[in-house]
Amino acid sequence: MALQEITVANFEQEVLKADKPVLVDFNADWCGPCQMLKPTLHELADASDAYKIVSVNVDDESELAEEYDVFSIPCLVLFKDGKEAGRKVGAQPRPVLEAFLKG
Amino acid sequence: MYDVIIVGGGPAGLTAAIYARRASKEVLVLEAMNCGGQIINTPDIENYPTADHISGVEFATKLQNQVTNLGTEIRYERAVEVRDLGDAKEVVTQTGSYTGKTVILATGSENRKLGVEDEDRLVGRGVSYCATCDGNFYRNKTVAVVGGGNTALEDALYLADLAAKVYLIHRRDTFRGEDTTVRQLSQRDNVEFVYNSNVTKLNAEKRLVSIEVTNKDGSVRDIPVNGLFVAVGRIPENQNFASVVELDASGYAVAAENCRTKTPGVFVAGDNRVKDVRQLVTATADGAVAATEAVKYINTL
Repeated sequence: MALQEITVANFEQEVLKADKPVLVDFNADWCGPCQMLKPTLHELADASDAYKIVSVNVDDESELAEEYDVFSIPCLVLFKDGKEAGRKVGAQPRPVLEAFLKG
Repeated sequence: MYDVIIVGGGPAGLTAAIYARRASKEVLVLEAMNCGGQIINTPDIENYPTADHISGVEFATKLQNQVTNLGTEIRYERAVEVRDLGDAKEVVTQTGSYTGKTVILATGSENRKLGVEDEDRLVGRGVSYCATCDGNFYRNKTVAVVGGGNTALEDALYLADLAAKVYLIHRRDTFRGEDTTVRQLSQRDNVEFVYNSNVTKLNAEKRLVSIEVTNKDGSVRDIPVNGLFVAVGRIPENQNFASVVELDASGYAVAAENCRTKTPGVFVAGDNRVKDVRQLVTATADGAVAATEAVKYINTL
């Protein structure tokens, strides 16, 4: 399933106020590593209900990228209870992401 | 036991997988990150036979699907050692160990780092190795580029169109890269050349705020920057395999066109092999050759 696209308008509701951990994938269409990472994120999103994974297009949502200090993509930021709980910059293999989501 | 263990899921490794699977061999591909290799950073491939235009991501995705559809097993683990057990080889990863009759090392290359403190921590927080990937985040900001080759010059030119100010820091007073690019850069008002200098320290709080630059004459200068683009070359990822493969002075694996290394049953394919031309088509060609040689070798066991 495609990841939910998040904008500045629904970021608070869908990410900060979510009742479970949210992994935000900051990405762009022109970013090769982001595109190669996407299938893995889709699989992980389908694999569990314990967290959700959403997408932020940094070209469309530059405000969000700036607010969260995203200066290199792909950038995966994990939010728990409205706060950043960790981040991973660059392509990541699936086992690393699984551990990251569990951590 | 696998017939062929391929270390690296870039164009060379995945092409090797196609050839080995089509020869009915049991194949394992070990990939440390995501499949595709360096080519995924190339937006436009226009020199690959029959493809007048394809993006690197499209190419990598199609190649990976082709490999998967042939029944190849892919595991996402970083190989840290290859042990020669005679007729078998053991590939040790960060989380496991696999044995195969042959190993094809198709690990490619990685960005060379500056080697200054906090560099790794600041990747994505001001430090970048890819101007075309991350340049857009530095619109109207101040950046520095380190390096003296074509990549550094082209990065500086690309960034000069976006950033308010670009420092180009080079350890010598002449560039290895093209003169025409140097001339283009010298005509830009917002580009400043910093010669005979090395970046010796990164100053950061949460993000990079400035760099310490030391001149050959000993003088030290602090340059406030938002971003630092490192373009000091690439290094072949062969360090972990020196016990089974001979490396040249630059770290490339020594093997002739047949991709055979000093260890029977261990082959090398792609950018990490000694060669003159490193292109997509030469990487895939290596993959085909290495797999064919591996199959030949297996048949002699």
